[in-house]
This record gives sequence, C-alpha cells and structure tokens, in this order.
Amino acid sequence: MATLKSKIPEGTLAEKWTNYKAHQNLVNPANKRKLEVIVVGTGLAGAAAAASLGELGFKVKNFCIQDSPRRAHSIAAQGGINAAKNYPNDGDSIYRLFYDTIKGGDYRSREANVYRLAEVSNNIIDQCVAQGVPFAREYGGLLDNRSFGGALVSRTFYARGQTGQQLLLGAYSALSKEVSRGSVEMYVRREMLDLVIIDGRARGIITRNTVTGEIERFAAHAVVLATGGYGNVFFLSTNAMNSNGSAAWQCYKRGAVFGNPCMVQIHPTCIPVHGDYQSKLTLMSESLRNDGRIWVPKNKEDAEKIQKGQLKPTEIKEEDRDYYLERRYPAFGNLVPRDVASRAAKERCDAGYGVGNTGLAVYLDFKHAIERLGKEVIEARYGNLFQMYEKIVDENPYETPMMIYPAIHYTMGGIWVDYELQTTIPGLFAAGEANFSDHGANRLGASALMQGLADGYFVIPYTVQNYLADQINVPFFKTDLPEFEQAEKEVRDKLEKLLNNNGSTTVDTFHKKLGLLMWDHVGMARNKEGLEEAIKEIRALRDAFWKDVKVPGSLKGVNVELEKATRVADFLELGELMAMDALNREESCGGHFREEYQTEEGEAVRNDKDYMFVSAWEYKGSDQEPVLNKESLKYEYIEVKTRNYKEAKS
Amino acid sequence: MNLTLKIWRQPGPDEKGKFVNYPISDVSPESSFLEMMDVLNEQLIAKGEEPVAFDHDCREGICGMCSMYINGRPHGPDDAITTCQLHMRKFKDGDTITIEPWRAKPFPVIKDLIVDRSSFDEIIQAGGFISVDTGGIPDANAIPIPKLNADLAMDAASCIGCGACVAACKNASAMLFVSAKVSQFALLPQGKIEAKRRVQKMVAKMDELGFGNCTNTYACEAECPKEIKVTNIARMNREFFAAKVRAEK
Ligand SMILES: Cc1cc2nc3c(=O)[nH]c(=O)nc-3n(C[C@H](O)[C@H](O)[C@H](O)COP(=O)(O)OP(=O)(O)OC[C@H]3O[C@@H](n4cnc5c(N)ncnc54)[C@H](O)[C@@H]3O)c2cc1C
Ligand code: FES
Repeated sequence: MATLKSKIPEGTLAEKWTNYKAHQNLVNPANKRKLEVIVVGTGLAGAAAAASLGELGFKVKNFCIQDSPRRAHSIAAQGGINAAKNYPNDGDSIYRLFYDTIKGGDYRSREANVYRLAEVSNNIIDQCVAQGVPFAREYGGLLDNRSFGGALVSRTFYARGQTGQQLLLGAYSALSKEVSRGSVEMYVRREMLDLVIIDGRARGIITRNTVTGEIERFAAHAVVLATGGYGNVFFLSTNAMNSNGSAAWQCYKRGAVFGNPCMVQIHPTCIPVHGDYQSKLTLMSESLRNDGRIWVPKNKEDAEKIQKGQLKPTEIKEEDRDYYLERRYPAFGNLVPRDVASRAAKERCDAGYGVGNTGLAVYLDFKHAIERLGKEVIEARYGNLFQMYEKIVDENPYETPMMIYPAIHYTMGGIWVDYELQTTIPGLFAAGEANFSDHGANRLGASALMQGLADGYFVIPYTVQNYLADQINVPFFKTDLPEFEQAEKEVRDKLEKLLNNNGSTTVDTFHKKLGLLMWDHVGMARNKEGLEEAIKEIRALRDAFWKDVKVPGSLKGVNVELEKATRVADFLELGELMAMDALNREESCGGHFREEYQTEEGEAVRNDKDYMFVSAWEYKGSDQEPVLNKESLKYEYIEVKTRNYKEAKS
Repeated sequence: MNLTLKIWRQPGPDEKGKFVNYPISDVSPESSFLEMMDVLNEQLIAKGEEPVAFDHDCREGICGMCSMYINGRPHGPDDAITTCQLHMRKFKDGDTITIEPWRAKPFPVIKDLIVDRSSFDEIIQAGGFISVDTGGIPDANAIPIPKLNADLAMDAASCIGCGACVAACKNASAMLFVSAKVSQFALLPQGKIEAKRRVQKMVAKMDELGFGNCTNTYACEAECPKEIKVTNIARMNREFFAAKVRAEK
C-alpha cells in the first residue's frame, strides 16, 4: 500500500503556510541554474508555474499540445475568478472564502490546502492587474465584482465573459517574457506519452512531436504536471477537444495514486445536445444566474405542447411557471451550487416537465432582468454570451428564454497530492485541474481559475524549490539512460500496435460509446446496479477497442487519429476506475449522487462516519485490481454540517 | 443538404498541394462547420483514405486554433465568428464549398489545412508583455483606471491570435495583431512604463519575420472574428512615432 502523507505544516490554520515558507529549504541563485524542471501544460497552472520558476532562475522546459501556449483550455473560461478582497465591503474574508469552498465541496477536501488557496487568492488579483489584465471596473476606476453560486458575497472578478482568456494571456505574457530571457524553453505541439522514473524519482518525460511524429526524450530534476482535467472521458463535455487524461493516467500507471476519480462536476447551464454528430457542448457561464431565472412549466400539458412545438415559452403565463430553484432553495435561489442546480434540472426533466424538442432542457429567462435593468445593461454584462447562444441555437435570447441543460464540465478528482502538491512519486508535482486537491466533491464557480493560478504562481515555486534544495549536486540527466530507452520503447510499441491493428471501427465511434456509458451510469445520478453494469461494459468496450480500432496513417508526420487513439485507450481505463470509485463510495456528496442515498425530498445524504476520506487509488498492473488507499479528513476549524441552501445561515 | 467540398490537400510542408473534391450528403443544417468536417473524416477513414488534417480545440471561438479559409474568406461567410462557430445553416443545398489553409508567407503550411503560426508567439516574446515578476505587487486597487480605458484595453485584448487578419491581407501584414497588444498595454498605466521599448521591439520582430506592410485596405478589420478595430493600428503608429522621435532627440 502507498503511504499517504499529507505533510500539513505545524501551527494554526492561518499560520501554516507562513510557517512552511519560513522553514522550507531554498536554493541559492547560482545553483538554480544547475537545476532543470519540466512543466507539462501551459494553462493557468502550467504557464504560471513555468514563468515563476523561470523568474527564480531554474531552467524550465514547458510543453503543450496546441500550436501556442496561449491556446490552452483555460482560455475558454468565461465567468470569473474568486478572491477574498472584500472590495464591495459585503463581509467577505479569507476565512469566509475558505469556509464556502469547504462547504461547497461538501466536506471532502483538505482544510489546510483550501485555507492556503483562500489566503493567496488576493495576491492573484494584484499579480494579474500588474500584468495588464483588463478586469471590469466601475466608473470610479476601481475593480468590479459579481456573484457566483454557493456564496452570499460578491467576490468574483471578471473580464467580460472572457476571464479565462485574459488571465491566460496574462500568464502567457509572463511566460513569453521568460522565453525571451532564456530561462524557459517552449515546446509546442508535443504530447507527453510517458513519465520516466530513475531510482524512484520523476526525472523525465517521453513526448511525441505531433508535426514530425518523432518520439522524443526530455530529462529534468523534477516534473510538474499541469495537464488539466479528464472530463472528455464523457466524449461530450464543455472541455476543449484536445483536453485529455492521458498524461495523468501515465503517471498513475507509473505509481502516482489517483484521488477521487469519481468526482466530476456537471454544470447546470449548457446548451442542450442537438444531434448525434455533435462534437462538444457549449457552456453558458454561471454568471448568467446572477440575472437569469430558471424555470419550467408548472403543468405537464404545457411542457408536452412545448416539446411538440405547439406552444412558445413566451406564451406561458407567470403563474404557470415553476421557478423550481427559487421554490426549493429560497435563500440561494438561482445561485445554488452547481451540483444542486444540475440535479434539480434533471429531476424536473425526468418528471416530464422538460422543454425543447427532446424534453431535456429548462429555461433560463432574462425577461425580468431586462424589465428591471434595461436591455443595455444586460447586453453590457452578457452580450458576448448571448451572441454565442444565438450563433449556435439560432434564437434571440433577448426575446425568448435560453434553453439549457446540465453537461460534464470539470473534474475535481485527479492525481493525489500532498500539501506541497507533490504526488506519491517523489519529484512529480501536479497543479491545476490535474490534481485532486482543493474542491472536494464539488467545485464552486470561479474557483478553478483561482486554484490554477494559486498553484502556479504562489505554491509550486516554493514547494518545487524545497524539493530541489538537496538535488544541487545531481548533474543534468542524459536521455540515453536505460530508463529512457525502456519508456520510449513501451510508447513506440503501443503506438505501433494501434497503427497495425487493421481494425474497422473509428476511434470516435469507441469514444462516443464510452461517453454514453459514462453519462448513463457514472453521470449525474449513479446506483450500484448501474455502476456494476458500467464496469462490465467498459471492460468489454476496451477489449473491442484493442481488437477492432482503425487508426490510419503512420507514426511519421501529423496523425490526428493516432493522437485521439492513445487518449481514448486511456479513457477506456480511467472510465473504469471512475466507476469503481463511485461504486465504492456509498453515500451522496457533492457531484457524486448515489440514488440509494437521498432524502425523501431528493437531497443528498452524506455519510461522514464511513466516507470522510479521499479515495486514493493505486495501480497494481494491468492484470490486477487497483488498491484503494484512504486519506482520512479532519476538520479542526470548521464544524461539519449538512449543506443547506434553503436558509441563509451558514 | 448535399454539398461538394473542394479541399486543399497537402501531405507535408515541403510537398506540393492540390484541391480535391469530396461530395458529402445528408449534412444537418444544425451542425457546425467542424462537425461537418468530422463527418467527412469519419467517412474517409471508413473508406481507407486519409482524413483531412485541420487545427481546432475549444470549438467555441476563443482559443484561436481553428483556421480555415472558406470560399475566399478567413473563417467563412459569416461575420464576427471563427470557423468553429460557423454553422451549416449558412449554406444551401447543392453548394460547392472551397476550403483552404491560411495563405501567408510567415504561416507555412504543415499539412492540409494546418499552418505554422509560431511567428505570432515570437512577436509577443519580443516585447508583448509587462516586465513584472511574480510577487511583491501593490494592491490591485492601488491605481484606479478610468473605466473607458479599461474597456478599450479589453476590446484590444480580445484578440485570439488566430491569424485571420494576416490571411485576409493581400500584404500578409500583422499590423492588426501587433497593434491590438500594443494598444491594450498603452491604454493601461501598468503598461505605459515600457510602451516605447515594447512597440519598437514588436514592430522590428514583425518586419524581420516577413510580415508585409499595411496599406490601409482594412480587410483585417472586416475579417477579424473578434471585431478588433483598425483604430488600434493608428494608436500603434502614434506610439511608434513617439518612440522614434524620443530616440532621435
Ligand atoms: C467552458 C469552460 C468555462 C469555464 N469557466 C470557468 C470560470 O469562469 N471560472 C473558473 O474558475 N473556472 C472555469 N472553468 C474551469 C477552468 O477553466 C479550468 O479548470 C482551468 O482553466 C484548468 O486549468 P489548467 O491549467 O489546470 O489546465 P488547462 O487549461 O486545461 O491546460 C492543460 C494544458 O496541458 C497541456 N496538456 C494536456 N495534456 C498534455 C500532454 N499529454 N502532453 C503535453 N501537454 C498536455 C495542454 O496543451 C494545456 O496546455 C471553465 C471551464 C470550461 C470548460
Ligand atoms: S476551435 Fe477555438 S476558436 Fe475555433
């Protein structure tokens, strides 16, 4: 069994990070040049980490799949980033942000990590403003805030509906500065296909150059994984097409334990599925719930008429509308956390009150907001989102309510890390969405951007340095060592096997099948029977994949199908682990809803006595079951309660 | 809908390319352009032919990865959107659609519809940043910024770096791209400090990489999916000449 040491520093909650920094080991400037760090990923976490490590003087190599670091998936984040600045004077504080995050995560995240996240959140905003990030401002010239789900304060900073873009461009500019200074070497259009371990420590990676097709080796003293989440295991999700779980999965297979794989977030406000050729789902930012009201018809007959196209939503009278979130959760209303909002939508649609031609949609209506504030104000706040909606759906949301439905969006689970963001493989760190650390069973809106940048700018530079302090006499590694040789051979064999398979079914066909299986059994509502069925079916699908997948082309040059095939091969394994984890967790908490564990009103029933732990799965080889390790969670500074969004008391 | 796709096929950077016609039937008008391309590729694979290589990622108009030149226009016939946001309802049954990569000397073709845009990264690395390191930063509200300036900076900062401006320009000029970054920073107090150095370095790099001159045809603004304005070019020229005058004194 792996030993899980969370390495939480001494002191009260508020002293821990300060204590850590005061006592950690440092590397003198001359020695930093002798130490190399590989950072995989150029999203918020990766770009911020690479830039900051470069500034300190380490030699950094930074990798991404896209043709430019600026295009990482973080670019697509819309709504905003949280921080405990309390600029609106509405009662926010570091403690409250910490509290909301733990509660929002349904008491399944680690206190010390989350407190540190809240603590550095304010530095992030300062840093971004200094980089030239054009956050929204008030007429007085100061920064503006908006509200997001799961909070009673306004603590979300934003740049129109393009916050992720602006934050990533800020990190990209810091990265570009370091590239020009020579401290960071950038490797674009590279896909990490394996991790290289030498004497028990992470010392390098194997990549494929997706332009030339070459398999390459890179060595370093430490490796930081910032490769994002694995939501695309569901095929349809709000993630970018190239988002994948493969880099993390290879690390898992090399010995890094995987934390809470079943914890995925389903976002309540996405544009509904429209056809079977569909390739991805589009998010409509949570910020819309500030002003939009969610409803379905009160009468089933109306819903049925709408589904058949015989009735328009604008024809339904006010008293015949069911604003079900306001009805069920009067205190938080339309701003309940995502898991709660998603389940409530599913509940209404399953009961037959859904709208749209599939019956799998609910309305998000701006009629009242437009009456109250005027069209101009709504346009200024959400104009680009409305335009995006109109381009896709061909309906004008200023005139008719938007249709939305939940979709896979984010993965709280990920590689298990300790307080230092180090995995169970020494020298391998994980940052951003790739790790499991801060969001427990459910992430609050606008907290992923915060976490990515916190990890990248303010945690990794300290903790990686602490790790490297006793490595100054370890010379640069050569890539002709047998460990590199072996890892490259394994990668090559796998790719050749895929290419020479001579099957008849395309990669996407398998991916879509897996996605449906996952959505039906490991999605918004899960149960024992369904999960057992899913495990069986995923195994069968995996066998079918290796027997019959068709991958055209060769190893040389651009081969997009080959890239997709390696990712889907990994998803077919990861999906199974997700189902196993969900099966094991016999409780409902956050995004993990087991139908067996709910109240009569349909609210989640957590089981703190038996399940207040992080599941940390350990790989034992392809022919063996993985082993479940448990990191038990202790709450010393927070009273553990049942989440309640009906009343305003916290 | 039934369509004919006339697509540029080029096996590699040093090989010759040519147009190949592909008929495609039963295209749903609700599908996106790239979903239609996915369907084509699935059909090609099934027939044992090589799928068409194209760049894409977010499929919601923000990453700047997608880059197709459709019927003579970067990102196709609709205004103010990227290729991935284009929907098939913009086309008619029986249409022939011509699909090419961006064509510009600084963007060499890698394969089929994929081009190499690393020259844009090089321009940013030349000076498209504010030289602050992590940490030791004053409070974010220490310097108030007029809302108008913040809004204009945001307009300029919306650039997604897709390269449509270069592809649209008969001179393959990168002025709109460079001026958007120069403007964003010139409008903010944090960026003003290095404004002169920045504009000189970025413009020099742009010239060095073989991007052409701006002859004020404004094709770039017309084709920009994010509606970046040519007024940014005017602002950049002002910054550039101010920097020059200052240097000569
Ligand atoms: C549509 C959308 C909207 C969102 N809006 C918000 C929001 O408003 N607020 C909020 O807080 N969060 C939001 N999120 C969540 C947030 O955007 C992400 O969780 C976050 O950006 C992840 O950042 P990251 O740095 O961890 O990874 P990513 O940004 O996903 O970056 C991953 C990087 O790793 C690279 N990579 C991946 N695999 C490999 C490999 N094998 N080899 C080499 N490189 C690899 C990629 O190229 C990329 O550079 C949103 C998410 C989506 C999908
Ligand atoms: S794929 Fe991202 S902008 Fe088109």
